[in-house]
Amino acid sequence: MDLLIFQVPILMVQASLDGILLGILFALIAYGMALQWGVMNIINIAQGDLVILGGYIAYFMYLSGIHPALGVIVAPVIMYFVGVGLYKLVINKVVDRDLFISILATFGISILFMQLMNFAFGADVVLANSEFGTTMLFNNSVTLPNSKLFSAIISIIFAIGLVVYMKKSKLGRAIRATAQNARAAKILGVDTEKVYAATFGINAALCGVAGALVAITFTIHPYMGLPYTIRSFMIVIIAGLGNLPGVAVSGMGLGVFEEFADYILGTEFRIGSVFLLLVLILVYRRFKLSKKREYLK
Amino acid sequence: MKNNNIILYAAILIFGVLAPFMLPAFKVQLSILCILIVLALTWNIQGGEMGYNSFGNILFYGLGMYICASVQVGMFFPLSEWTESGGEKTFVHSPTQFFQGMAFGLLAAAIIPTMVAGLIGYAILGLRGHYFAICTFGLGVAAGEISGGIEIIGAGQGFTTPPFPETGNLESRGQFFYFLSFLVLVLTFVAVKSVYSTRFKLVLNAIRDNEDKAEAMGIQTMKYKIIGWMISAFFCGLAGGIMGGLVGYIDSTDVAFDGREMGVFMVLMAILGGKGTLWGPVIGATLFHLFKEGFWTYFLGWQYVALGVLIVVIVIYFPEGLMGWLREKYPERFGEVVDEADRKAQVELK
Repeated sequence: MDLLIFQVPILMVQASLDGILLGILFALIAYGMALQWGVMNIINIAQGDLVILGGYIAYFMYLSGIHPALGVIVAPVIMYFVGVGLYKLVINKVVDRDLFISILATFGISILFMQLMNFAFGADVVLANSEFGTTMLFNNSVTLPNSKLFSAIISIIFAIGLVVYMKKSKLGRAIRATAQNARAAKILGVDTEKVYAATFGINAALCGVAGALVAITFTIHPYMGLPYTIRSFMIVIIAGLGNLPGVAVSGMGLGVFEEFADYILGTEFRIGSVFLLLVLILVYRRFKLSKKREYLK
Repeated sequence: MKNNNIILYAAILIFGVLAPFMLPAFKVQLSILCILIVLALTWNIQGGEMGYNSFGNILFYGLGMYICASVQVGMFFPLSEWTESGGEKTFVHSPTQFFQGMAFGLLAAAIIPTMVAGLIGYAILGLRGHYFAICTFGLGVAAGEISGGIEIIGAGQGFTTPPFPETGNLESRGQFFYFLSFLVLVLTFVAVKSVYSTRFKLVLNAIRDNEDKAEAMGIQTMKYKIIGWMISAFFCGLAGGIMGGLVGYIDSTDVAFDGREMGVFMVLMAILGGKGTLWGPVIGATLFHLFKEGFWTYFLGWQYVALGVLIVVIVIYFPEGLMGWLREKYPERFGEVVDEADRKAQVELK
C-alpha cells in the first residue's frame, strides 16, 4: 500500500491522463469484442492474443526499418485475413453451439497462439520505439508521451470509421441484420456465413490496430494477451451490448482505475486488481439483476 | 452385473495398492495420475452434473496447496523466515513434525477452501452460463496474481515445501505420497459415487437441465449449488495440498494457481471422458495423463501447442466425450431402454 498519490496531487492528474489515453485503446478492443459477441454470440478468449499478434506485426516493421506507426495500416490488413482464416478453421464449427464450447475452443486457440508466438518471436518483452518524443505539461510535472496521444487519436479515428461503415455500407447493414435475427436475415438473402467470417475478420483487424498501438505505446510479450481479453470483456459487460458511447466511457474508466490501482497497490497487483474488479462487477451485476427478478415475482 | 462391479473395484483396488511395488519407477507419475483423477471427478460435480462450467476450481486447488504448506511450516517454525531464506536449510522438520504438520495441513487444506466456496458461492453461483465461466476464470487468475505479491508465502520467488524427512529408505518418499494420493482418490471416488446415488444428484441434474423449472418445482437451487461447489472444493483442496508436497515447490502462477495447466486440464479431462458420468472423468484423466506424459517427454517445448490443438479438437469433434460416444453406440449398457423398432427406423432414415 503506497499513499504517495494522495500526498502529491499532481500524480492524480498524471494517473488520470494516462488512464484515459489507455482506456481509449481498451475501448477499441472492447468494441471488436462487442461486435462479434453481438453478431455471433461468441466470447473470444483469444481476443488478447490477436492484439499481441498485431503488436508483433508493428514490431517487425520497426525492426526492418519501417516506422512502426505505419503498423496501424498494415496490421489490420494482415489480421483481417488471420481472423477470416481462424473463422473458417475453427469458429464456424462452434457458432451455433453451447457458449461453453466456444469459450473453451477459443481458450484453446489462445493457448496455441501464445505458444506459437513464443516460438516465433521469443519470450522477450519488446516494444516498437516510435520516437515521437514526450510533451511536458503543468510545469514539467506531468509527462505525456506523444505516442500515447497518437494511439488515442488513431483509436478514435478507427472506432468512428467503423461506426460509420456499419451504418452506411451494405456489409455493415448485413452484419447488423444478422445480429438482430440471423434466421430472418438468412431468409431475406443475407449470406450469414460470409457475414460471420467478415465480422470475425473485422474484429481481428481492430485487434491488429490496437496491437500495433500497444506495441508503440507500451510493451508486448507473447503471454500478455489474456488481460486484454478480460479487460474488453469487462468493458462490454459494464456498457452492455450495443452501447457504443458506454464502451468508450467504461473503457476510460477502467484505464483510470488501473492507473490508480498501479499507484496505490503497487505494480505487482495491477493485473490481479483487474481480474478482481471483473469478479466484483459480475457479482454486483448479479445482485442488481436478482433484485429485478424479485420485482417480477 | 453387481458381481462384475465388485470384481472390477477389487481389481482396481489391488492394482492401486500393488502399483508402486510393481512399477517403482512410475510412482510419481502414478501419484500425479491419482491427483488428476481427483480433480476431474471434482470438476465433474458442478461442471458435468450441475451444468455450471467453472474455470476457477483451480482457486481451491491452489489455496489448498498454500494452506497445507503454510500450516506444515507454520506449526513449528516462523513462516516469514522460512520463505525469506529458502528456510529448508536452516529449519529441519523431524519425521514426527513432518507427518504431524502434513496431517493438520491437509485438514486445513480441505476445510478452508470448502469454507471459501461456501462464502463466495452465494455471490458467484447466481451467475449463469458464460458469465459464470468467465467470472470463475477471473477468480482463478486473480488469486494467482495476488498470491504472487504476498511476501509471507514467498511472493514471486516461490515457497519451498518442507522436504521429506530422511528415513534411510530412498523409496519411502515416493511411496508415502503415492499412498496418500491414492487414499484421497479412493475417498473422493467413494464420496462422489455415494453422492451420485442420492436425490442430491437428481437435483443437480435438474439444475443443469432447466434451473428455472427446478426452482419452480420448489427446489432451493441455490442451496444445492453451493453444497455441490463445496464438495468440489473440499477434494480440490486436498488434492492441492498433496500436490504441493509432491512437487516440493510452490510458485503462485506456475504451480498453485496454474490456470493454463491444471485449471484447463481438469475441464479437459472431464470432457474427454464424458462429463456428467461417474467413470468419464476417471477414464478421461487416465487417457489424458498418458497422452500428456508422452507429449511432454518426446515433444518438449511443443507441449502447449499440442495442448491448444487438443482442446480445440476435443471441444469441436468430441464434446460428449468417450462415455457419451459409448452411450450413443451401446445405449443398453447404460441402462437405457431401447425400442428396437424405433432404432431400426432411425437407421433406415439415415
